[in-house]
Amino acid sequence: MKIVVCVKQVPDTAGGVKFNPDGTLDRGAMLTIMNPDDKAGLEAALRLKDQYGAEVTVVTMGLPKAEEVLREAMAMGADKGVLVTDRVLGGADTWATSTTLAGAIRNLEYDLIITGRQAIDGDTAQVGPQISEHLDIPVISYAQDIKIEGDSVVVERQYEDRYHVVKAKMPCLITALSELNEPRYMTPGGIFDAYKQEITVWGRADLKDVDDANLGLKGSPTKIAKASDKVRKGAGEKVSLDPDESVSYIVDKLKVKHVI
Amino acid sequence: MDFTLSKEHEMARALFKEFAEKEVKPLAQEVDETEVFPRETVEKMAKLGFLGIPVPKEYGGQGCDPLTYAMCVEELSKVCGTTGVIVSAHTSLCCDPIMTYGTEEQKQKYLVPLAKGEKLGAFGLTEPGAGTDAQGQQTKAVLDGEEWVLNGSKCFITNGKEADVYVIFAITGTVEKRGRMQKEISAFIVEKGTPGFTFGTKEKKMGIRGSSTYELIFTDCRIPKENLLGQQGKGFNIAMHTLDGGRIGIASQALGLAEGALDNTIAYVKERKQFGRAIGAFQNTQFQLADMATKVEAAQLLVYKAAMAKATQKVYSVEAAKAKLYAAEVAMEVTTKAVQLHGGYGYIREYDVERMMRDAKITEIYEGTSEVQRMVISGALLK
Amino acid sequence: MNLEEYKGVYVFAQQVDNEISSIAFELLGKAKDLAKDLNTDVTAVLLGSGVKELADQLAEYGADKVIVVDDPELKDYRTEPYAHALSSVINQYKPEIMLVGATAIGRDLGPRVSARVATGLTADCTVLEIGDFPLQAVPGQEQLHNQLLMTRPAFGGNTIATIACPYNRPQMATVRAGVMQKIEPIKGAKANVEEYNPGFTPDNKYVEILDIVKSVAETVDIMDAKILVSGGRGVGSPENFKILEDLAEVLGGTVSCSRAVVDSGWKPKDLQVGQTGKTVRPNVYFAIGISGAIQHVAGMEESDIIVAINKDADAPIFDVADYGVVGDLNKIVPKLTEALKAEIAAAK
Repeated sequence: MKIVVCVKQVPDTAGGVKFNPDGTLDRGAMLTIMNPDDKAGLEAALRLKDQYGAEVTVVTMGLPKAEEVLREAMAMGADKGVLVTDRVLGGADTWATSTTLAGAIRNLEYDLIITGRQAIDGDTAQVGPQISEHLDIPVISYAQDIKIEGDSVVVERQYEDRYHVVKAKMPCLITALSELNEPRYMTPGGIFDAYKQEITVWGRADLKDVDDANLGLKGSPTKIAKASDKVRKGAGEKVSLDPDESVSYIVDKLKVKHVI
Repeated sequence: MDFTLSKEHEMARALFKEFAEKEVKPLAQEVDETEVFPRETVEKMAKLGFLGIPVPKEYGGQGCDPLTYAMCVEELSKVCGTTGVIVSAHTSLCCDPIMTYGTEEQKQKYLVPLAKGEKLGAFGLTEPGAGTDAQGQQTKAVLDGEEWVLNGSKCFITNGKEADVYVIFAITGTVEKRGRMQKEISAFIVEKGTPGFTFGTKEKKMGIRGSSTYELIFTDCRIPKENLLGQQGKGFNIAMHTLDGGRIGIASQALGLAEGALDNTIAYVKERKQFGRAIGAFQNTQFQLADMATKVEAAQLLVYKAAMAKATQKVYSVEAAKAKLYAAEVAMEVTTKAVQLHGGYGYIREYDVERMMRDAKITEIYEGTSEVQRMVISGALLK
Repeated sequence: MNLEEYKGVYVFAQQVDNEISSIAFELLGKAKDLAKDLNTDVTAVLLGSGVKELADQLAEYGADKVIVVDDPELKDYRTEPYAHALSSVINQYKPEIMLVGATAIGRDLGPRVSARVATGLTADCTVLEIGDFPLQAVPGQEQLHNQLLMTRPAFGGNTIATIACPYNRPQMATVRAGVMQKIEPIKGAKANVEEYNPGFTPDNKYVEILDIVKSVAETVDIMDAKILVSGGRGVGSPENFKILEDLAEVLGGTVSCSRAVVDSGWKPKDLQVGQTGKTVRPNVYFAIGISGAIQHVAGMEESDIIVAINKDADAPIFDVADYGVVGDLNKIVPKLTEALKAEIAAAK
C-alpha cells in the first residue's frame, strides 16, 4: 500500500502567542511546528504502515524552510519526503494550494491520501476536500478512526452529535482530526538518519496537469481586503448593581454575544 | 570556529524538550514529593531510545554522538533533575564502560538490552570508606574455579535496586607500584538477582529525591568468571575513565537545572508585581538575570565542548572536570538566585525553583566533588 | 465567467434526520440583510430525501424561494451526492452568493463544491457585509462595488482578515454557528418551492454508510469546554459549588476552579485553571469569587468573554474581565441560573 500524507509547517499558535508591545502578533518570535491535525494524519499513516505494511510519502508545500517538517516526519518513520516550493506558488489561497498539491500528488502512486482536517494558522479545513475534488476521488473528512478492509477503507467520520461508519474504495482521501491519535515522538537516531536521506524538491515545472491560472496569488479566487492583528483586550466594564440588576446585566451581555 | 548547532542537533533538542515538557514536567513535583522512582517515564524513554543515545546502532543504540546525549540529559534536567540523573547514570556509568571495555559477548548480552532500555544500568564504586579515594576500597573479589566471589558493600548507588545490570569494582589482589604495595582493583558486571547480591537501606536525600539511591551488599556473591569487565587489575583506570564520561552527564544535568531555574525566573519576574510594577522592571532583577544568563551560557559552552571532546579525543578528563566544576557551581548559584527572586514563593514547593535548588546541590558532590575536579584540573596544569 | 449572470443570495439549508439545523435559519437571517443591500432575494437550497415539507419553515425564517433536491441518494449526508446536488444547483441557477454553515457537514461540502464550480471559499466567517473591493480606491485598479466582504479570525483567533472573491462567482462562505441572528419567524409563511433533480449516478465517490452511531455527551476536559464556570475561595465551601454547577448545567458548561480551591481540597487538581494548573480558552469564562492572582489570570486570559463576579471592587480579576459585576455571588449566581433557564426555555 502506498500512502501520501500532506503536512504543513505552521507557527506554533497554541504554544504561546507572542505579541509586540503595540498588541500585534510577533510572528518572528513564534516557533514553527508540524500542524497538529497533519501530525495526527501522519501518525495514522504510520500506524497503517506498522499494521499492514505501507510506503509513506510526506508532501509539503511552502518555503524551502518547510523541509524541516519533512525531516521531522521522516524521523518519525515516513519513508520519503517531497517539498513543493516555488516563488510562483506563493500567496496561494486554499483553491490554489489544493491545485498545487494535487498537481504534485499526480506524480506519485497512492492508495490513500491523508491530510489534516485544518491548519492552525488558517483554520479553513478546505484544502483536503479540494484536493480530493481535483483528483476526482472520494473524501472522508473528520476521521476519528481508520481501518483497512481489502481494497477499501472503513472510517469513523465524526459529526457534532454522531459518527458515521463509512466505507470507501481506495484510492481515497481522508482528513484527520488531532483527536484521532497521540502522535509518536521522533527518535534521536531517526533524526540523524532523516538528515542523511534525500528529499525530492519540486517546483512549478514538476506539477502535473495544472494551469498557471490556478496557481499562487494570481490563481487565488479569494483576495485579502484587510488583515489586522487582534489587539489584546484589557479591562472591560465593571458595574456595581443590586443582585437583580446584576443578573439582567449579565443576561443582556450574554444575549448580545449570542451565548444564549 | 562555529558555535551554531547542526540542524540534526537542533531537532534532537526539540524532541528532548517536547518529551520533557509533556511527559516529565507534569510528574516532577510528585516524583520529588513522594520519592518514588519514575518507572513509567523510564519505560517511555526506553521506547524512544533515550537510554542508548551514544551507543552504536549495532548494539541496539541510537548511534548518536555524546553531544546529543548531553542535550538529552540537559533538557530532561531543565524540568526534573531526577529524570536527568537516571539517564546519566545508566548511560555514562553502565553502558559506556561495557561499550569501551566489554568483550563482544558481554556487549551482546548486556549492552544491547541496556541500550534498548529493556534493562537499566548502575555503577558501584563508592564505599562508606572510599569516595573520592578509590584506593580505600574494601569490597573483595576472589576467583574460585570458574566464578568470582564478591564480598563487601557499596553505598550511594544511583538507580540502585531499580537497575538490572551493575558495573561493580572490587579488590582482586595487591601489586607493587614504585616500591609500595597497592590494591589491585578490577571491574565486574553483576546482575540483579544474583544470589548473595542484596540491597541495604534506601537513602533519603535533600534533592533528586525520585532517583533510587541504595546501598548494595555482596555476601559470597558468585558471578561467572567471564563477567570480569576489561583486564584484571585495570579497574582503577576503567573507573576513572568512566567517571570522565559521567562528569559530562552530571555537568549536563547541572546545566539543565540552571537553565530551568532561569527560565522559570524570567517568566516569574515578568508577572510578579510589587510597588505597582513587574519586578522585572527593577534594575536589581535585571542585573541578576544578566549575570545568571551569562553564566548559564558559559557553562553550556564548557559542557558542549567536553561532549565534543569525548567524541574526538582519547582523553578528555580535563574538559570533563572543567565542565562539571563550572556547571555544578553555576547550577547552585543560579538556582539560589532564582529562589531569591521568587521571594516567598520560591521557598514553597508549588514553585519548581524550590526543588531545583535542592536538586542542584548534589551536582557539586557526586561523581567527583568540586574539590576533586579542581585537583584534576590543577594536576594537569602542574604536570 | 460572466459575473453579471450571477444573481441572488443562496443559503444551503442543512438538515439532519429531516430536521432543519439552526444554522440554516441563522444564515437566512444574514442572507436577508445581504439581499436587501444588493436589492435581490433569498433562496434556500434544501437537499435530502423526503424533505419537501420542510420548505415552509425556511420561508418562515426569510427564504423568498426554496429549491428542493429530493432524492433517496440524499438521505444521510455523504459528500458526493450532496456536492453533486449543490454544484448542479449552482451551475443551473447561478447565485451571486452561496452561504454554507461551518458545521461538520458544511466544512466538508463547501470546499468540495467550491472546487467543483471553480470559485473561492472563505471559511468560518464571523462577519459578512456588502462593500467595495478594494476597500479604498487604488489608482490603476478598478474598484468593484457590491462585493461580499467576508471577515474571519485566523491564527487561533489572534488575527482577523477580511476577504473578497471579486472575480469568481458565486462568492462562497462558510459561517460559524451561533454568530448570525435569525429573524423572528413569520408564522404561516409559505415557500415558493422549486423542485430540481440533477440525476444521481453512483460511482466510486459514493461512499457506503455502514453504521450511524449517535453519541452521548461525556464529561469534558476543562481545556475543551466552551463555557467554564470557575470558582475561587470566595465560593466559601465545597458544598456551595452546587450553585456554580447549576449555572454550568443550564449553559451546557463545565465547572473549573482556582488554585486556592484545589489546595483546600474542595475540587480535584484536574479542574484547576492557572499557571500551575491548566490553560483554558473557552468562549465564556465565569470567574466567580476568584480574586484573579496573576498566576490564575495567566491560565484564562485568552478566553473570548470573561464575566467576573466578586464582592471586592478592587479584585484584579476586573482588570481582565469584559463584564465585571461587583456583588455577592451567593445572591447573584442562583438568580442568574434561574434567569438563564427562563431565557433558554423561551428561546426554544
